Amino acid sequence: MWGLLSIELYKIAKRPRTYIAFAAIAAIVLIFQFAFKADGKSYMDLMLQNIQDNFEVDKKLAINGYFMCYLILNTLLVQVPILVALVAGDSISGEANMGTLRLILTRPVSRSEFLWAKFIASGIFTVALLIWMAFLSLLVSTWIFGVDDMLIFRVKGDESQILQIAANDVLWRYVAAFAYAAVALMVIASLSILLSVYAENSIGPIVATVCIVVFLTIVSNINVPIIDKNVKPWLFTTYMVGWKGFFYIGTDADGMPISGSVENWASIRNSISILLAHIVLFFGWAQYAFRKKDILS
Amino acid sequence: MKTNIKYGLLAFLLFISFQSYAQSIEQLVKQVRERLDQVVDYEADGIMKTNVSFLKIPVSKVTMYYKKPNKLKLKSASGFSFLPKGAVNINMNQLLQDDNYTIIDEGTEVWKGVNVRVAKLLPQNDEDDIVLSTLYIDPNNRVILKSKTTTRENGSFELEMKYGKYIGMALPDKINFTFHTKDYKLPKGLTFDFDDGKKTSGIKKNPTKGMAEITIKSYKLNKGVSDQVFK
Repeated sequence: MWGLLSIELYKIAKRPRTYIAFAAIAAIVLIFQFAFKADGKSYMDLMLQNIQDNFEVDKKLAINGYFMCYLILNTLLVQVPILVALVAGDSISGEANMGTLRLILTRPVSRSEFLWAKFIASGIFTVALLIWMAFLSLLVSTWIFGVDDMLIFRVKGDESQILQIAANDVLWRYVAAFAYAAVALMVIASLSILLSVYAENSIGPIVATVCIVVFLTIVSNINVPIIDKNVKPWLFTTYMVGWKGFFYIGTDADGMPISGSVENWASIRNSISILLAHIVLFFGWAQYAFRKKDILS
Repeated sequence: MKTNIKYGLLAFLLFISFQSYAQSIEQLVKQVRERLDQVVDYEADGIMKTNVSFLKIPVSKVTMYYKKPNKLKLKSASGFSFLPKGAVNINMNQLLQDDNYTIIDEGTEVWKGVNVRVAKLLPQNDEDDIVLSTLYIDPNNRVILKSKTTTRENGSFELEMKYGKYIGMALPDKINFTFHTKDYKLPKGLTFDFDDGKKTSGIKKNPTKGMAEITIKSYKLNKGVSDQVFK
């Protein structure tokens, strides 16, 4: 299995498209950092416009490394599924397209092991992507913008809220959020692998994954009560932003944030369970389909 | 003999209370001002607890700087903080810094169990930002316990002060600052929020009223404060 996995990792490392993902993330993060370094005040003015008459806020301190990382993740984690699909969607169909799939499976390797190797390699790629993202958006941002308490702007039901998390209570939340994001992105990877099993070329599963994710994300963000109640709970994209739950700090009766707490642990646990269930479903389905598949290429 | 002592004591108490009541409001305000005048500058360390419906922010360490005649600055001592803008009104010295106001005696009132004299201050200068101030003065300790201030451009503020070991200098240990806020609204969908299923309490706090409670731990009195602090 380790041999198979090494080969898969070598293949991923050798493909130029792998590095497109890393380059795209670097470009987006650096543009964000440049824009906020140059004129982050305008963004803060927009977010704080209602309360500036009553409160004096040092916007320079508010735009700090922790805040920047949250903002970047908020934008990037919508795009990263596309980058994961670029690699995972190519895993089986790429082999089929090049005619190497049948050749590989003539070797003493079970189809199940082969698919597991593809799945784990996609997982390692996803984690590497997240580590790269964490390095750029968290470490580089804290180096550029410094560290201070973190602000979260949030709409909860009919209320808008501003949450402030103490600087010494932030880091563990990012570790948890990145771990959550890894699970969420593995759902995309397993969906891509599933679609890849059915395809003979790479474009189909990659485009199909992107279309499914974009469509479901749009549905997940439509604020219509009937969809909220009956449709959203069934869509994995609803839970993709669950990492934010770690930043919704719990408060006491006076509205004071409680250090080390989150508002709703049960909801985060539930979201992780649903995402894991999707991974099992998609990858289990892929295993079944791959074992039954007539490999003609 | 005993009866005579009783009558004597009663007469003395009546005299004292009459003196106190008879004291003109102008005199009382002047006495308060004289006590405040003892303070040339101070640097006060304390903690601030903010209670506004849409703000979920922790207790922050603050430092308050004052320098005669009217410089006052509230600064966060621990990095980023939301500081109420009307904090300038915490400064009673500024309110009473000159005689350029008309005092109206509003009589007496019992406020939180204390008999207070109520004075309305109307600035004579039309350009002044303060339109009207109502002071609730403890005549025995000659300190302001509460004030309500209406300004031309910064809305209305209410201050409640509790005194402790610095009462001699008429400096409070605790200040409750109540002010008006606008409701905070962000457009839905702007922040791509995660619905964690936790419902709001249903009992919405008054979104247009906020409160900041500053508890002063220590004052450094008349030790000199640099003008740079107020920039």
